[in-house]
Amino acid sequence: MSGSAGTTATDTRATTPDPEVLRRDFPALHQEVHGKSLVYLDNAATTQKPRSVLDALQLYYTRDNANVHRGIHELSRRATEAYEGARRKVAAWIGAPDPAEVVWTRGTTDGINLVASAWGMEHLGEGDEILLSVLEHHSNLVPWQLLARRTGARLRYLEIDDDGEWVLDDLPRLVSERTRIAALSHVSNALGTINPVEAVVEQVRARSDAVILVDGAQAAPLLPVDVRALGVDFYAFSGHKMCGPTGIGALWGRRDLLEAMEPYQGGGEMIALVDRYASTWADLPHKFEAGTPNIAGAVGMGAAVDYLASVGRDRILALEQELVSYALERLRDVPGIRIFGPRAVERRSGVIPFTLAAAHPHDVSTIVDMEGVAIRAGHHCAQLVMRHYGTPATARASFYIYNTRDDVDRLVEALGEVLRIFA
Amino acid sequence: MTIPEPRLDSLYQQLILEHYRSPRNRGEVEDPDAQVHLHNPTCGDEILLSLRVRDGRVAEVRFTGQGCSISQAAASMMTQLVTGRPLDEVPALAARFTEMMHGDAEAARDRSMGDLRALAGVSRFPVRVKCALLAFEALQEATRNVENPVPEE
Repeated sequence: MSGSAGTTATDTRATTPDPEVLRRDFPALHQEVHGKSLVYLDNAATTQKPRSVLDALQLYYTRDNANVHRGIHELSRRATEAYEGARRKVAAWIGAPDPAEVVWTRGTTDGINLVASAWGMEHLGEGDEILLSVLEHHSNLVPWQLLARRTGARLRYLEIDDDGEWVLDDLPRLVSERTRIAALSHVSNALGTINPVEAVVEQVRARSDAVILVDGAQAAPLLPVDVRALGVDFYAFSGHKMCGPTGIGALWGRRDLLEAMEPYQGGGEMIALVDRYASTWADLPHKFEAGTPNIAGAVGMGAAVDYLASVGRDRILALEQELVSYALERLRDVPGIRIFGPRAVERRSGVIPFTLAAAHPHDVSTIVDMEGVAIRAGHHCAQLVMRHYGTPATARASFYIYNTRDDVDRLVEALGEVLRIFA
Repeated sequence: MTIPEPRLDSLYQQLILEHYRSPRNRGEVEDPDAQVHLHNPTCGDEILLSLRVRDGRVAEVRFTGQGCSISQAAASMMTQLVTGRPLDEVPALAARFTEMMHGDAEAARDRSMGDLRALAGVSRFPVRVKCALLAFEALQEATRNVENPVPEE
């Protein structure tokens, strides 16, 4: 791959990066599946990892492995430096003003649960309201359902129209002084909608003192996220959907909120002083990082951010939408296809959900898999979205920076095989 | 040892596609002795199975729901197979079919499985096995409900 994320590397890639070149950086893409060369189109579930991330993991374990913030010795110093260095990179990726406001988590789900538990349990009670949208992934629904059950709070839902866009006109009816938290996704995993978070923030702020959490799992890999410009309070995302390892993610939170919150879990690392009956907490962000963390994962996520920065933080979206626009054009010609999500390409991420009249999504997925094409079928952890469209499942092709027009052609060809079998 | 690639035509046999397009016993039994609603939480397959028993035999069994060709064909074939059979044979038939889904070659040749034998190829596609088993799971639960009815209030 290209070198660091320095200015020189960025400048030499002034033009749009070439997916054909990027794909060389991803070892897993170069294999045969069922005797065909792999076309990986399940990136909304997880992305493949570039060589530089795999090398960073290997280097960490072969050279620097030690516990962080514990020892005086050299390896512990190196591990701590790598771990905190990665935190600074991840903070910069989402425009977080201070790395101390970035807490390592197991992933987006973990980050949302942290807020639901550590903030929600303290601040919600009978009659309070939580604003969600029907677009949400189960990971941004179920933690709030649990919280509502424990506190007596009520859930309110922002609906979507048939294009998969939020019905913003409903907001005045949905948001009031009772609204204590709004938890919404930046980009939909099931439909690919890029949501107008700014517009919602404005309305929520105008009508309530609610805290706003954004599920950034699908957005952090795609958009030049700036948490300050968005004007939100919490932003949760995952490493593995942006070329990093699984089991690591980050939660950004506004310092005053994080400071006022009780810890999420107790243990080592998160304390200042421990007495028999009480303890005091470590400073941010360590207060929320009980136990030995996923150090290698954090280092890997830092390397993933370096990689994506070298591709160009402002270019990923354009790269995706160019391919999606080609894919939509090709897919529209497939007989019996129904494509879900916004009509305008500029409102879409790399996700294209669809159904075929002839065959169920599982059958579609099995058949294209035998052609070497990996897509997902099912409800995509978004059963509320499926219910909105009255379909139990969709097939979903999701693209990332290393996908090419060839990959789209291979998908369309494989769908031809589905139609042949189910003719 | 290299395992040969499973082939699609072993999965999508004509008989399966035929049952998928024209399912037998689709619908709901009037005045059922048992009714079972099952979901496959990972993929969203769904079956509503209703059963009427007469003299210890399956008098009528019908299903509705949504799902892939494998789940729908399996439900159609299963209802065809068990209609008229003694209720106490159901566990053995379900066990035999489960063996087939786990790759048992003898079970795959067992004539007592009727049209369900066409589904033997599903065993080569492990992620699809649960689709094929859903209907029998619903039937077994319905059978248990008939044998040990939930006392009415």
